[in-house]
Amino acid sequence: MSEYLFLVPLLPFIGFLINGLLLGRLPRPVVSFIACASVGLSFVIALLLFFDLKAMPADMRLIEQTLFTWIPAGSFHANIAYMLDPLSAVMILVVSGVGFVIHIYSVGYMHHDPCFGRYFTYMNLFTFAMLTLVLADNFLLMFVGWEGVGLCSYLLIGFWYEKKSAADAGKKAFIVNRIGDFGFLIGMFIIFWQIGSLDFQTVMAEAPHVFIAGGGLITAVCLLLFMGATGKSAQIPLFVWLPDAMEGPTPVSALIHAATMVTAGVYMIVRTNVLYMMAPDAMLVVAIIGVATAFFAATIGLAQNDIKRVLAYSTVSQLGYMFLACGVGAFTAGIFHLMTHAFFKALLFLGAGSVIHGMSNEQDMRYMGGLKKYMPITFWTMLIATLAISGIPGFSGFFSKDEILWKSFSSQFGHPVFWVLGVITAGLTAFYMFRLINMTFFGKGRMDDKTRKHLHEAPRSMTVPLIVLAVLSVVGGYVGLPHVFFGATNYFEHWMAPVLSGGQAASHALASGGGDTGTELGLMAASVLLVLIAIYFAYLLYNKSPERATSLREKLSGMHKMIVNKYYVDEIYGATIVRPLVYFSLFLWKVVDVVVIDGFINGLAGAYSDVSGYLRTSQTGRVRSYATVFVVGVVIVTAYFLFG
Amino acid sequence: MENQILTLVTFFPLLGVILLMFVPREKTETIKVLALVMSVVTMLLSFWMYGMFDPLANGMQFDVNTPWISSLGINYHLGIDGISLLLILLTTILTPLAILASWKSIRTAIKGYYISMLLLEVGMVGVFCSLDLFMFYVFWEVMLVPMYFLIGLWGGPRRIYAAIKFVLFTMFGSLLMLVAIMYILFEYQKYSGVFSFDMLKILGELPLGHQQQLWLFGAFALAFAIKVPMFPFHTWLPDAHVEAPTAGSVILAGVLLKMGTYGFIRICLPLFPDATITFLPWICVLSLIGIVYGALVAMVQKDVKSLVAFSSVSHMGFIMLGMFALNLEGLEGSVIQMINHGISTGALFLLVGMLYERRHTRLIEDFGGIAKVMPLYSAIFMIVTLSSIGLPLTNGFVGEFLILLGVFKSNTVYGIIATSGVILSACYMLWMYQRVIYGKITKPENEKLTDLDWREKAILIPLVLLIFWIGIYPKPFLDRMEPAVKQVLAQVSRASTVEAEQAAPLNSMLETPQTEPETVTYNADGDSHE
Amino acid sequence: MLSIPAYIIVALVLFCIGTIGVLITRNIIILFMSIELMLNAANLVLIAFSRALNLMDGHAFVFLVLTVAAAEAAVGLAMVITLYRNRETINIDRFNILKW
Repeated sequence: MSEYLFLVPLLPFIGFLINGLLLGRLPRPVVSFIACASVGLSFVIALLLFFDLKAMPADMRLIEQTLFTWIPAGSFHANIAYMLDPLSAVMILVVSGVGFVIHIYSVGYMHHDPCFGRYFTYMNLFTFAMLTLVLADNFLLMFVGWEGVGLCSYLLIGFWYEKKSAADAGKKAFIVNRIGDFGFLIGMFIIFWQIGSLDFQTVMAEAPHVFIAGGGLITAVCLLLFMGATGKSAQIPLFVWLPDAMEGPTPVSALIHAATMVTAGVYMIVRTNVLYMMAPDAMLVVAIIGVATAFFAATIGLAQNDIKRVLAYSTVSQLGYMFLACGVGAFTAGIFHLMTHAFFKALLFLGAGSVIHGMSNEQDMRYMGGLKKYMPITFWTMLIATLAISGIPGFSGFFSKDEILWKSFSSQFGHPVFWVLGVITAGLTAFYMFRLINMTFFGKGRMDDKTRKHLHEAPRSMTVPLIVLAVLSVVGGYVGLPHVFFGATNYFEHWMAPVLSGGQAASHALASGGGDTGTELGLMAASVLLVLIAIYFAYLLYNKSPERATSLREKLSGMHKMIVNKYYVDEIYGATIVRPLVYFSLFLWKVVDVVVIDGFINGLAGAYSDVSGYLRTSQTGRVRSYATVFVVGVVIVTAYFLFG
Repeated sequence: MENQILTLVTFFPLLGVILLMFVPREKTETIKVLALVMSVVTMLLSFWMYGMFDPLANGMQFDVNTPWISSLGINYHLGIDGISLLLILLTTILTPLAILASWKSIRTAIKGYYISMLLLEVGMVGVFCSLDLFMFYVFWEVMLVPMYFLIGLWGGPRRIYAAIKFVLFTMFGSLLMLVAIMYILFEYQKYSGVFSFDMLKILGELPLGHQQQLWLFGAFALAFAIKVPMFPFHTWLPDAHVEAPTAGSVILAGVLLKMGTYGFIRICLPLFPDATITFLPWICVLSLIGIVYGALVAMVQKDVKSLVAFSSVSHMGFIMLGMFALNLEGLEGSVIQMINHGISTGALFLLVGMLYERRHTRLIEDFGGIAKVMPLYSAIFMIVTLSSIGLPLTNGFVGEFLILLGVFKSNTVYGIIATSGVILSACYMLWMYQRVIYGKITKPENEKLTDLDWREKAILIPLVLLIFWIGIYPKPFLDRMEPAVKQVLAQVSRASTVEAEQAAPLNSMLETPQTEPETVTYNADGDSHE
Repeated sequence: MLSIPAYIIVALVLFCIGTIGVLITRNIIILFMSIELMLNAANLVLIAFSRALNLMDGHAFVFLVLTVAAAEAAVGLAMVITLYRNRETINIDRFNILKW
């Protein structure tokens, strides 16, 4: 089976080629069949490979496949080569699995769109790029996937390119990502410069010998790579593109901007955990940025009225959790949360898509309400996802989030402050998510009559994916039960262990942090309690007595305004970076280029012609003056030869 | 036949020029078809040459060396290595495409136009394969004449200004180059007793002091830097590009600029290694300024063509920087990026030209919403844009990455500054793309634009294929240039050890790791091949 | 027979008169005459040397010069007439359109 590894990314690519080259010539059913089948098939292969991998002994779980030499230049070599280990196995299952479900969903969702074929072409390309990203066996190929998903994100955000806001958002996403890539590239250069290779295996094996643990160079590498991650995974300070990215079709938001692409940064950090474990300072930065983003984005989420924007900020916030996990050395927890988040956040977005579909493309929650009776499946599935994201025990989000919180408290890289902020964020999350549920599904319908008449549950191709994801959102957590629960085995941790052993060895860190069972259960209870209180408040303010929400809003109007405007981050960036850059460029063009350089050149030419102008006046046109000059010349020359 | 392949490739278009002279000027279709056929045959000949090229051999191949004006030691000496091979291929591929692109847009003096195009090809190919400084200079100047007419006769409203500016800039540099060539000639005569313009002989035998090298390098470098163009000698480029007809811009950006960088690789680096080390920081700093400056100025342009022109300044900065990293990665990246820039910028100019043929404007603000009416055009434009900003799996990435890697290896700070160009290029290209292609159609004239026809597809599809080929499988190209690049590096490092004490502080940049020594023997006796 | 220097002095004087005539006159006819004077000064020198050295070359040259001078006068005067018809003047300073 292992020789078919390359088919996992290749199949979606073939789908992309067929749909892309025959764009507009294939009937819609064929297009959707090709698109879905290619991803589905790749999921099946991924599953088979997963079982292959599982059958191997734990520390030998690695399948490698080199296709061809890509760039050979001097001492530099990069191959197109894929590598499957426990980490990438989890990732390809999530990517192709969730991707497949979302493809199916899209068939229904995009049914009316005139650019149906183009949509699926991009989606398949995205799947290919994402699978390449997670399967790459060297930094450079990973970068291929990294940029590839960025490209698809750009294309899909700007899918409805006639809307200026959509095209702007796509461009913004790409450029902000590029800023991150700048760091990624330089990080890669330092690694190559020091180690002479970009293969993961070599780098991870050599790093402990080449770099000094805790030294400046390794910290720089980690921070630069993390800069790439902040771009792709929308962390402070580069998170600004993700909320705007909601301009794309909703399934795109589900697949790219919730489940897969934005988690690439987390994946990258876990993939290079050996390096991070050697740079505790960088880990601290990752943890601080992570928890700050989680908290900060959650507060913005509190006051958004666009249903997708709430989810977008929630995504930013949840990604912050994952980075917090990585920053405190709980890489397994980070990936675990990545997986459960992929399930419930994809579900939330797809649910939101279903709502928007039913509401005739209305996204503002202030015009929704009471949708529960019109779209029951959407309601129940979304409720499950909301319970999962809020961390209600029994749902997948609880297990993963709780593990992160516990590790952020107990790990040797952790700190109680992280825990406190994490728990507050959990409360905020529960609040804004239930605010969303209450505003959308409960209470009086606030839509106009025309929309109300049109309200309907989504077609089967959309509801089935919702149900599948709802199931996963519940059971997904049970692969990683915490040890404190009746001594359960954490399968997930065992599965991931081989990937992380290198890092632990490099840093001489303890395999797992201290802390006793009692503390763990106590903290768990505290966080659950806070979440329940938050849910109650959400119920109180947005369902039972909405007038209280209004009065509260007025009481805190200054803060509310600040939050609604997202702390003016976009405006600040615009004023401090974008506009000065444009003005500076104009200065360079209009002054340096036109006035200074060309002015100099043209001035030289001008001076030349001025001098010529003076000289030519000696051409009087009078024969006699010429003759005079001639005679004088003859006399001088003669005199020179006679007397000189 | 095989020995004369270079002569054939170089002068075959000249046959076309002669044939065209006998075609009456009214028979425009015959003229066009004949010009196209001749250039296509030249392209096929160059493919044949590519097939015969031995990728593993060191030194010059297909060497031809016969006395021409023997009293002055001028020889008819042609020969290519991997670097020139690729550039010749670029030239012979772009010329037919440029001719095809002129099919409808050139309506006046058609005969003269196509004669100029073919003559231009002779000059360009000649520059890339001459190994005799005299011939190099002759070809260098020969190509100036048709280009002057292309801009000055078939150009836009300010064509005369642009054409004269172009010629004066280039002439200024090439006169200094001529002086330097003469100086070398007499130095060689003083040294060996005979006149010779032979690059390989001069390279192998003539010892030049540090001071002499500085002056000679300066003269050559100025000529080449103007051609590249490096900041601050770049101002002729936007003018020339904006005014030139589409095909002129394609050739100008695609090939002519490469003559400057090629000159650096072929003459400046190997002949004056000590001066190279001395001038290295200056060139690097100017390149860096070029990268950032070109990108920033490109961002605020209003005319698509001048935007692409300034982006060329930025890209050429990358190429120069990679070259002066003086290591294998940087230099190979630099050479492959020359090809890439020819392909992607050439394609960009072709695309802009196609819009211009339809709308007779190039101002960004006159467009918007083109994707709706010209979907295929927009898709190809996207691919070319991505190649220009160096997205992985397109050609631009391979070159840019290798250059940055090489630069980073030789100097970290330069590397970091250069990498910021990656961000800026995304800014200006995507912003331009958005304003031209996306959005709603605001101008009624844009509503009835037609998508690409067969001729335009035939022009663009080969370029798109090349973009992906070099992006996905650049190995054949990299393999072929590797021996040549190693040789150049060996020549640079050879003499820098002689004057090591002068270059001591910079030597750390010159770190050429464990790769070359045993494989490289620079080719001192060009004659022995005969 | 006079000595060579005597001829040369006469020729020199004639030549200077001719030169000054060319430089100061505005009348084209007089200008032509001044040029004739200069040519004849040269002729005088040629003949003097030819005679003194007993060589015939000088004589031959003089005939050539005379022929050329005649031809020149013929063409020149024809041009003067044309100029006069066009401009109604033969003031040389008025024919200065070939300037700058």
